[in-house]
Amino acid sequence: MSLRQIFDRIEPQFQKGGKLEKYFTLYEMVESVFYTQKSVTTVAPHARTFTDMKRIMSYVVIATIPCILFGLYNTGLQANMALASLGEPAMTGWRIGLMQALGGFGLNPANPLACMFHGLLWFLPIYIVTLIVGGIWEVIFALVRGHEVNEGFLVTSMLFVLILPASTPLWQVALGISFGVVIGKEVFGGTGKNFLNPALVGRAFLYFAYPAQLSGDSVWTPVDGFSGATALSITSTDGMTALASHGITWWQAFWGTIQGSMGETSALACMIGLAFLLVTKIANWRLVVGCLAGMIGFSLLLNVIGSSTNPMFAMPWYWHFVLGGYAFGLAFMVTEPVSASHTNAGRYWYGGLIGFMVVMIRVINPAFPEGMMLAILFGNIFAPLIDWFVVRANIARRAKRNA
Amino acid sequence: MEGLLSLAVKAVFVENLALSFFLGMCTFIAVSKKISTAIGLGVSVMVVQAITVPANNLILNGLLKPGALAWAGFPDVDLTFLGLISYIGMIAAIVQILEMFLDKYIPALYNALGIFLPLITVNCAIMGGSLFMVERDYNFPEAVTYGISSGFGWALAITAMAGVREKLKYSDVPAGLQGLGITFITAGLMAMGFMSFSGVKL
Repeated sequence: MSLRQIFDRIEPQFQKGGKLEKYFTLYEMVESVFYTQKSVTTVAPHARTFTDMKRIMSYVVIATIPCILFGLYNTGLQANMALASLGEPAMTGWRIGLMQALGGFGLNPANPLACMFHGLLWFLPIYIVTLIVGGIWEVIFALVRGHEVNEGFLVTSMLFVLILPASTPLWQVALGISFGVVIGKEVFGGTGKNFLNPALVGRAFLYFAYPAQLSGDSVWTPVDGFSGATALSITSTDGMTALASHGITWWQAFWGTIQGSMGETSALACMIGLAFLLVTKIANWRLVVGCLAGMIGFSLLLNVIGSSTNPMFAMPWYWHFVLGGYAFGLAFMVTEPVSASHTNAGRYWYGGLIGFMVVMIRVINPAFPEGMMLAILFGNIFAPLIDWFVVRANIARRAKRNA
Repeated sequence: MEGLLSLAVKAVFVENLALSFFLGMCTFIAVSKKISTAIGLGVSVMVVQAITVPANNLILNGLLKPGALAWAGFPDVDLTFLGLISYIGMIAAIVQILEMFLDKYIPALYNALGIFLPLITVNCAIMGGSLFMVERDYNFPEAVTYGISSGFGWALAITAMAGVREKLKYSDVPAGLQGLGITFITAGLMAMGFMSFSGVKL
């Protein structure tokens, strides 16, 4: 019996009047994993397009694949290098036990496959917890409120995992995704109705609630007793010259073999994802242009102004671009269509505001060496207002033209 | 000059009256349904703030402080215990004048603001601005700067709030949270976005 026949046979039970009517959402969720939905839009406007929510969201998940793969490698690489330098006493935990049982496979920093395996052992638990906990919330809301469980959640959970440090405790992961999904999205009515990026809401919640586990120098590499500062925090305390003495070159930061959250260290992987999103037109290029212009413009201005006390003033734009979460945020969060501005002119301003804010926070605010997360949340808050001003300006222009 | 500039930036962003001190919440929540009204209210809070903070500064330094009455022959008198009542009286008088002015010259805004303009009198953001001025011991130029910029910060916050709420008209909020509930959650999330400035040292 084919899969389609199985679905066809059980479907009536979930339809109106069927025994399991209440659980139609769950049935639909499972069915839409395998088949395109039959239902079409029933009320106007009828836009004819090949994209639907499922396709858009799946494309975003596909676009994160380079970041995931590189994130696995880099998490394992950083952990293995730390283990190599710390030696036997740092070899604790079930992951090390498992890898030793496999004859030491996964502990060699020179072997990319081994690094990926080690990284996977850190990535998978976090991702599974995110999927289960976030998924439970999603299904509860879907059942009670009668909307569908859609692929938007897959995107949220993937982005959320990629911007966490590998050593985040799993209960905090669960708490963060709960806050992100429930307060960031579901209280507003689900995917497409929120005004902030749910993954960032969850991340920011964790950041402010548990700063000890989510910031500082010892969280980025999941090895006990190892402390490795991110490139941004090195620069904010000791200046650009200190980067070189820590052995961090621009190319390294571009490839991504540096300390940082799991999926966001590699600017290259993010750019591959961004290119895919731009080609498929999921991401709007105006947002990207605006965000780049804001960041480059303001960091050039700060370079010119200079400062004798704050070394971050001297950081050039091409470093801002590769360090921290900038590239990742630019590719996957600035371009998120729901929480961004919706007018074309507004998109430049919205991107520009985020680009400006990220440099502002990194350079001027000593409390947060990393700025992309808060800059995007700040941009989200002002996105509707920007749209309003753009629309108003348009109305005024037309009134003038037709006067 | 540089000191005043950093004071202004601080008052607008870092110590935003609405989103980091949560002052003036009643009007912030109640009049943020439409952007145009919110801008009107924001501007009037800014104007009131810009007048009352310096005016109260003059009262404090010219009448209330210990030794301030030396010019009238009472060098030992300390009237600071009259502070609260003098400030609120000053605010009430200025709001009354502003209301009459708007009624006469900008009736559209007067009608849009309705009951909320008299409510500015008891808006804690306004009173809070004056009390921060007293507590932090601002001199007159600082009081002027602080009045304008803290009012602008509040106006910025309520305008952004109205923008978000206009967008949320298209959302599908659960029945129990509609109205005030979701507005409080929104305000909290916005405050989280404004946390990006917390820690800025100017």
